[in-house]
Amino acid sequence: MTTTIIWTIVAITVLGVLLAVVLYLVATKFKVEEDPRIDEVEKVMPGANCGGCGFAGCRAFAQSCVEAGNLDNNFCPVGGNDVMKKVAAVLGLEVKEKAPMIAVVRCNGTCANRPRTNDYDGVRSCKVKAALYSGDTGCLHGCLGCGDCVAACQFGAISMDPATGLPVVDEEKCTACGACVRACPKRIIELRNKGPKNRRVFVSCVNMEKGAAARKACSAACIGCGKCAKACPFDAITVEHNVAYIDFNKCRLCRKCVAECPTGAIHDVNFPTPAPKPEPKEAPKPAAPAAEVKSTTDKKEE
Amino acid sequence: MKKTFSIGGVHPDDKKISAGCAIEVLPTPKKVYISMAQHLGGPAKATVAAGDKVKTGQVIGEPTGFISAFVHSSVTGTVKSVGLRKDLAGIPVIHVEIDVEDDEWMDGIDTTDTIVREIPQDTKFILDRIRNNGVVGLGGATFPTNVKLCPPPDKKADILILNGAECEPYLTSDYRIMLEKSEQIVIGAALMKHVLGVERVVIGIEENKPEAIAKMKEAVASLAAGTAGYSGIEVMTLKKKYPQGGEKQLIDAVTHRQVKSMGLPIDVGVVVQNVATSLAVYEAVQKNKPLIDNTITVTGECFPKQSNLLVRVGTPLSYIVDWLGGIPETAAKAVSGGPMMGKAIANMDAATLKGTSSILFLTEEQTKRKPETNCIRCGKCAEACPMGLEPFLLNKLAKNRMYDELEENAVQDCIECGCCLYSCPANIPLLDIIRIAKGDVIRIIRSRTAPKK
Repeated sequence: MTTTIIWTIVAITVLGVLLAVVLYLVATKFKVEEDPRIDEVEKVMPGANCGGCGFAGCRAFAQSCVEAGNLDNNFCPVGGNDVMKKVAAVLGLEVKEKAPMIAVVRCNGTCANRPRTNDYDGVRSCKVKAALYSGDTGCLHGCLGCGDCVAACQFGAISMDPATGLPVVDEEKCTACGACVRACPKRIIELRNKGPKNRRVFVSCVNMEKGAAARKACSAACIGCGKCAKACPFDAITVEHNVAYIDFNKCRLCRKCVAECPTGAIHDVNFPTPAPKPEPKEAPKPAAPAAEVKSTTDKKEE
Repeated sequence: MKKTFSIGGVHPDDKKISAGCAIEVLPTPKKVYISMAQHLGGPAKATVAAGDKVKTGQVIGEPTGFISAFVHSSVTGTVKSVGLRKDLAGIPVIHVEIDVEDDEWMDGIDTTDTIVREIPQDTKFILDRIRNNGVVGLGGATFPTNVKLCPPPDKKADILILNGAECEPYLTSDYRIMLEKSEQIVIGAALMKHVLGVERVVIGIEENKPEAIAKMKEAVASLAAGTAGYSGIEVMTLKKKYPQGGEKQLIDAVTHRQVKSMGLPIDVGVVVQNVATSLAVYEAVQKNKPLIDNTITVTGECFPKQSNLLVRVGTPLSYIVDWLGGIPETAAKAVSGGPMMGKAIANMDAATLKGTSSILFLTEEQTKRKPETNCIRCGKCAEACPMGLEPFLLNKLAKNRMYDELEENAVQDCIECGCCLYSCPANIPLLDIIRIAKGDVIRIIRSRTAPKK
């Protein structure tokens, strides 16, 4: 009995030693040389593996940073400037600071603004819906409301507002990784500068149809009238294909365009209003500016 | 034993309720809108401008490539505008808008009813007439017919199949033309037979249309007896099974040849044409009449006036429906095409195209999707798939975007017949998901093979 146990122990030990030697030899023979800095860079990355940087994951991004030798073309949108500074410190490189970005939904086709012209009964997916037809409203370019962006967001930063049928971006959670931008078949969502104190002005419409058709489909559509472009003192607004676009690098947040827009398609976010204090969330505009717009159009009609 | 294709297929209820309605000629509307994208391939380029006078049958759009087709004016009148207009899916397409005046046909078009039986011997003459008169496949895909009749030099067809299966429920337009214009269809078949240089033509018709089978057999027999060039044409009775009208399924049913993955029928020596295309070929070659009208079924249980109408291309759908008494109140959905593969009409103001085969009205009860539940792995979808695919697996792979695996499992061979969705007891929208994945995979395959050329 005892001899069996002893022999077993001896056999296993000998086998173990032999295999260890084999493993050691194989490991030295097939050793993969890898820059140790990749590990170091990966350690300071957020580790979300979201792909927002354009690489397959954080490690791929780290490898690219190490191999490129500079950080001009690499930026981690999730970690932002803080992480990039750490990466630069690890690699002994310099990095330019980038303004923080945020996903902006450029559609204001709420249930009230944009009447439904038919009922969609198919799969709840914007991609499927967009491949089938123009959508259940008269607007060809607007939000389809099936929430592909919500499903694409790994940070839980987008949710559908049941009242408006449009997605809402949570400013606290959005990391500007751009997953929603890629998921949206209508290309409504854009990454824009977050702006000082989170204040920003943007055209909340991408409808490229002519004014009359756009207005017929949605009362809050940009009709491409160009009033905003004329009012802008900084040449930040261009009107192309019947839709205005505000260049966020040129915009100085004077908000002259907001008052000028006849349909209220230009939104200003997080500006203090004289009346009740605005909520920190990117909710639909408080009543005050909307009313202003209305009154100005009324005057014109008179 | 009656023939049919070997794998898969479903048996939806026939519902050919408009079968007894003879083809009526719809009066021309006051305005027509003729789309420049009525065929597969590059859209035609409009050759007219606002203010131009056009005659019926005049060319108003030229092809923009090898796979493209001529577009002709279906009416006489004045061009009001050339511009974007929404099609039945609500997508803007270039249309020519024409204010209709009294009908005046172009010179050289034979508008009489006399049947021209003699087959011209010059194949180039036949092909030119088919091309110049804008004939496209009317079985659904609207592929330019002249291109299909000119196989590449290294491939030779030995059999032409005419598709008279009309396997979709409700549709009766092909059935009606087989009854009323059977001789013209057979002449069209003989013309295509001559161009292709094949010895055998099979007209495949499903068993649920005995009158059409009898009528077509009679036409074949009388033509074969009297005139040269009509030998080798036969009518084959097929078992009733959906999707028999699918190109690959029909080839399997008639010849038992299998078209391989991503292959074309010509690879196995077969060319398939629809019976309506054959009629269009007859009119184009023997009468020099462009494809400017087609037969459309207007039907549905909730629709009071079942009809088969001869409609000029470019007639607004709303005009057709109003002429028949308007949209019934109980109708919840309008479909262009059959209930299995047709497209929902999102815009009733859209105009008809060459390939429009029907307007079908369905009630809420018939069309409402039932709530989706979990897959119970019953395998009914795999059993129903006529291409031998595994829809439940493709659905899962598509949801996880596993494109390599999707390609391995041949998602690109899906013919979008909808058998899987029809047979699924869990109401999983298999086809909707698979169709998107198929598009993505085909794009990947093309991008991989393109740079090598």
